[in-house]
Amino acid sequence: MAATLAQLSAGMAAGKYSSVELTRAALGRAEAAQPGLNALISVVAEAALSDAAAADARRAAGQAGPLTGIPMVHKDIFCTAGVLTTCGSKMLSNFVAPYDATVVSRLKDAGMVMIGKANMDEFAMGSSNETSFYGPVKNPWDTRCVPGGSSGGSAAAVAARLVPVATATDTGGSIRQPASLCGVTGLKPTYGRVSRYGMIAFASSLDQAGTITVSAEDAALTLQAMAGFDPRDSTSVDEPVPDYRAALDTPLAGLKIGILTEFFGEGLQPEVEAPVRAALEQFRKLGASVKEVSLPSLPLSVPTYYVVAPAECSSNLARFDGVRFGHRCESPKDLQDLYKRSRAEGFGAEVKRRIMTGTYVLSAGYYDAYYLKAQKVRALITEDFRRAFGEVDLLLGPTAPTPAFGLGDKTADPITMYLNDIYTIGANLAGLPALSIPCGFAGKLPVGVQLIGPHFGEARLLAAAHRYQLETDWHLKAPAGFPEGFA
Amino acid sequence: MSDLQQGDWETVIGLEIHAQLATKTKIFSGSPTAYGAEPNTQADLVDLGYPGVLPILNAEAVRMAVQFGLAVDATITRRSVFARKNYFYPDLPKGYQISQYELPIVAKGHLDVMQDDGSVKRVGITRAHLEEDAGKSLHEGHAGVSAIDLNRAGTPLVEIVSEPDMRSAKEAIAYMKKVHTLVRYLGICDGNMQEGSFRCDANVSVRRKGAAEYGTRAELKNLNSFRFVEKAINLEVERQIELIESGGKVVQETRLYDADKDETRPMRTKEEANDYRYFPDPDLLPVVLEESFIEDLRSKLPELPDQKAARFVEQYGIPAYDAQVLTASREMAFFYEEVAAAVPGEAKLAANWVMGDFSGALNKDGLDVTASKLSSAQLGGLLSRIVDNTISGKLAKEVFEVMWAEGSDADTVIEARGLKQITDAGAIGKLIDEIMAANPKQLADYRSGKDKLFGFFVGQAMKASGGKANPALLNELLKQKLAP
Repeated sequence: MAATLAQLSAGMAAGKYSSVELTRAALGRAEAAQPGLNALISVVAEAALSDAAAADARRAAGQAGPLTGIPMVHKDIFCTAGVLTTCGSKMLSNFVAPYDATVVSRLKDAGMVMIGKANMDEFAMGSSNETSFYGPVKNPWDTRCVPGGSSGGSAAAVAARLVPVATATDTGGSIRQPASLCGVTGLKPTYGRVSRYGMIAFASSLDQAGTITVSAEDAALTLQAMAGFDPRDSTSVDEPVPDYRAALDTPLAGLKIGILTEFFGEGLQPEVEAPVRAALEQFRKLGASVKEVSLPSLPLSVPTYYVVAPAECSSNLARFDGVRFGHRCESPKDLQDLYKRSRAEGFGAEVKRRIMTGTYVLSAGYYDAYYLKAQKVRALITEDFRRAFGEVDLLLGPTAPTPAFGLGDKTADPITMYLNDIYTIGANLAGLPALSIPCGFAGKLPVGVQLIGPHFGEARLLAAAHRYQLETDWHLKAPAGFPEGFA
Repeated sequence: MSDLQQGDWETVIGLEIHAQLATKTKIFSGSPTAYGAEPNTQADLVDLGYPGVLPILNAEAVRMAVQFGLAVDATITRRSVFARKNYFYPDLPKGYQISQYELPIVAKGHLDVMQDDGSVKRVGITRAHLEEDAGKSLHEGHAGVSAIDLNRAGTPLVEIVSEPDMRSAKEAIAYMKKVHTLVRYLGICDGNMQEGSFRCDANVSVRRKGAAEYGTRAELKNLNSFRFVEKAINLEVERQIELIESGGKVVQETRLYDADKDETRPMRTKEEANDYRYFPDPDLLPVVLEESFIEDLRSKLPELPDQKAARFVEQYGIPAYDAQVLTASREMAFFYEEVAAAVPGEAKLAANWVMGDFSGALNKDGLDVTASKLSSAQLGGLLSRIVDNTISGKLAKEVFEVMWAEGSDADTVIEARGLKQITDAGAIGKLIDEIMAANPKQLADYRSGKDKLFGFFVGQAMKASGGKANPALLNELLKQKLAP
């Protein structure tokens, strides 16, 4: 059975099945799983089958690439022309995007077939997918548990083997944490590696598009098509894109891995620590040397993040005012009423909390104490990482302090929820590439190990993950009740 | 109040000038900036603030702002930063305006401004920064609702902030006109105030003469003509002085100038003012300028008004005041130089005509020099006929009127109307003889000492010649013939 995108691609190339067949099967799985998982917000069956037919024609013409004909889903944060793009919010529950995000158009150009849009925390604000206007996504490993967030729909869709790849975004851990909680591979590239054009902004200086896949090899194949400079995004970096797949074969011998002292302290559950330490041993066995590294500023990353991200979000979400698009309240009596009711009705509680926090930290008289100070701490954290990468090639630690937690367990206490991102936020603040790969289980729930690399170190990260996955099969384990592959 | 500088009070004025940059496309999108299109046809997804779109800085706007900075001898900031100014308004699609706050692209410059009395005043320029314009809210013509036109949203502006260096409305106007001249010289702004391409807010306060501290200021908005700026400032100064003298206190507030009612009225007080929550825009990288980029622009700067005026004084020997007037626009200066070239050695004559009858005719018809009914060659042709004595200066004014009305050349008009000056001594002598014969009494009186009658004979002879007699020759011959 084809368990990965790479295998599916090879199967299509060998004529074992067509894209239309794969797409039809994916649509069937998605439909069957939707009531239980709620992983998708929209399904576009007709368009998908027509794109699949086009992909098959392209293959017949000898013009297929490794992604051609592969069914996939986009996180509903990416604008997709002519398709509902909600960002998990009531505010955009009527918003049909008039254009494709760069990520969307690039993957479309590569021949990928979008079958639908993945559920997510509202405006990507959340760590459990419980803030979605479309209801929580359930974890395929245990539907009483959350899938993590904000890319919970993307992670669940791949974990349940609806599709082999889903796009996702990561502002403070929104790719890696759900990847860890759902037992899939999640890659957050370097800030600026993938265009943000058409990705609805949460915190512009932290947001980065990436992938949820079964394997690191699949991530490499997908990133290859997504990455690269985009003249429509000033913050995308004009840096050559290496051949990620070719780099996968780089052996691990001589690789210096740093383990982060700060990641193995209080708060890390022992049942998570054990598989993470086992993964470390595996890397050592594969030829990597291990060294303990300290990033003294890292414990400040959560408070820093919860100043910077809300500040940017408070401004980014100002455009949702009921005037030009999105939710508008019924019969506004004047302009103020239009603004107040449209926004009060359109946004959920967590989004409002962050807008208020952000508005507060940017206010006259508070700016220096909060926003400016947070930016200074952010510079310190970045400097800590820079120093660490002078000593080691990659950093290793847990992705999240716990495995998937129960639905509703943390919704009453935002701070506890925020702390679930304690290990992932640092990479966002410093703009570093990082990934999470499955490394074992805590009971019946999957656990991920996180690797963080230096700027534009995706090839090294993916190679390390790939070598690990060649020796282990944690990433191939599928939750009970779901297929182990795609065809 | 005729002169607001009188009495115990001193006026303090600083101006914030918004000049729309003459780029083809908007500052952060590819939409055209042309004025007057159908509402909302020149706004793309970026201008509309759609979800997911991002701003891309227009390099031409940066070049123009740097050119302005160089022209006012300012510091060009090597690393300037765009910031978001956050507030809600329907014509502000993103809910924030992209502007520059802590690190503007231009800092600390100055402009030397000639006053009416010919003295020169230096006005400090605190900063000039790049920003995007908002759209327009139209509150009339739509029952019960306001309409929004986002064509203007995202048009590049440079906001030029002066020091509070001006002490009267007249000084403020002189400074504003100088900035207006400068941006048009640089070709970075069309200066069209009716279309809002060049607008001004004025910060106005008063204080007792000799006071060290500034008084509390009011910001006057909506000043879209030089005349309105002057009127609004004078009204505001009057209001503030009366207020303080009657025991009141000026409050810091924004006031709107209403040209129809000729009054200023409060828009919002400091307490009601928005907290704009400025912070660096994370969608845009800092603007980093290389020395070579700046030097390249410096080397390509056109001759600026002050340089041109100085050259006119030097090259043409005309008074500084004339040079100032003639260089107020690049087009007028160019026109003058062409006229002056047609009458070598008579630059002052050319200046008098360009500043006098020619400018008068333009003003009367409400025309810009570029739309003049006469070319510089035509005006130069007329002046040549004065210089070579074909017509008198007085007659030339009549010829000019005809030329202006018909768009014809001087020679054509002179020929057609037989206006050519009579310079034949024999013909003029004959005229004089006839007049002397026809007026024996006046002749006798003159010869017996009534000198005043000389004018009578001049008038009669000139009349008889149809105004064409060369005045100098006529005078000379009359003196000879009338002598006893």
